[in-house]
Amino acid sequence: MITLTHCLVVSACIFCIGLYAVLAKRNAIMVLVGIELMINAAILNFVAFGKYDESNYGGQIFALFAIVLAAAAVAVGLAIILNVYRKNKTINLDDITDLRD
Amino acid sequence: MTLEVILFYAFALLAIGSALLVVSLKNLARALFLFFIVLFAMAGLYLFALADFVAITQILIYVGGVLILMIFAFMLSNKELLADLQNTSKQFLSLPNWQAAVLAIGFLAAISYGIYEWQDFTPDWITTNLRNGQVIKPTDNTINEIGYKFITQYVLAFEVISIFLLMVLIGAAHISRREEQA
Repeated sequence: MITLTHCLVVSACIFCIGLYAVLAKRNAIMVLVGIELMINAAILNFVAFGKYDESNYGGQIFALFAIVLAAAAVAVGLAIILNVYRKNKTINLDDITDLRD
Repeated sequence: MTLEVILFYAFALLAIGSALLVVSLKNLARALFLFFIVLFAMAGLYLFALADFVAITQILIYVGGVLILMIFAFMLSNKELLADLQNTSKQFLSLPNWQAAVLAIGFLAAISYGIYEWQDFTPDWITTNLRNGQVIKPTDNTINEIGYKFITQYVLAFEVISIFLLMVLIGAAHISRREEQA
């Protein structure tokens, strides 16, 4: 029997790995991957809790919304990264310090 | 140990193990393809919470869309991108990596402690729904239910997210467009 705690522990691990990627990586694409990992952990929590709510289906529906939001974030984020790369010739986050040229 | 538990642990190990590899590999292309496996394993985990539609959507949108987009962006940018990645740090744990690891592990400890303390205090709505049998059962037709809920109870959020998605598409196209040479 899979209890709620099983899902919560797995999602906590995935969230912290994503947090590590966001903090430690200097490559902008890897930071984006870290954010995606954190969003996935949140979605796992949503569906795990949503299992106990048959009348509203709130967990699953808002998990779907979260997936859409994550896809939107990736689309805009990658567009910005490509633009920054075209301007600065690097996507090393330590080197990108100017907001304007 | 039933088959269900064994499968759950297999998916959980697959997800956590490949996520660890994703953040530890130096090669960006390998990391992105491993991220693929993490997303598949997470979709498998959703099935254990009886969210089959969410799992399929995850595979469609993440694996079909987001990941292709990432690989696309990775291939579009130069070789310098790879070189840039590799000369960041030669040691296994440089100073920023070490600090980030301490922060992440501390956060994990805090969350685990929270889960451990919380275990005995199940929220009221969960106990009520469990008593009334109002939990999602494996035989339920979730796709039907989600479809009805989308156009009745959650119609406002659905419309808002549609407009939001349209804005994002236009915005992304605008940002990534090549500027005219003035």
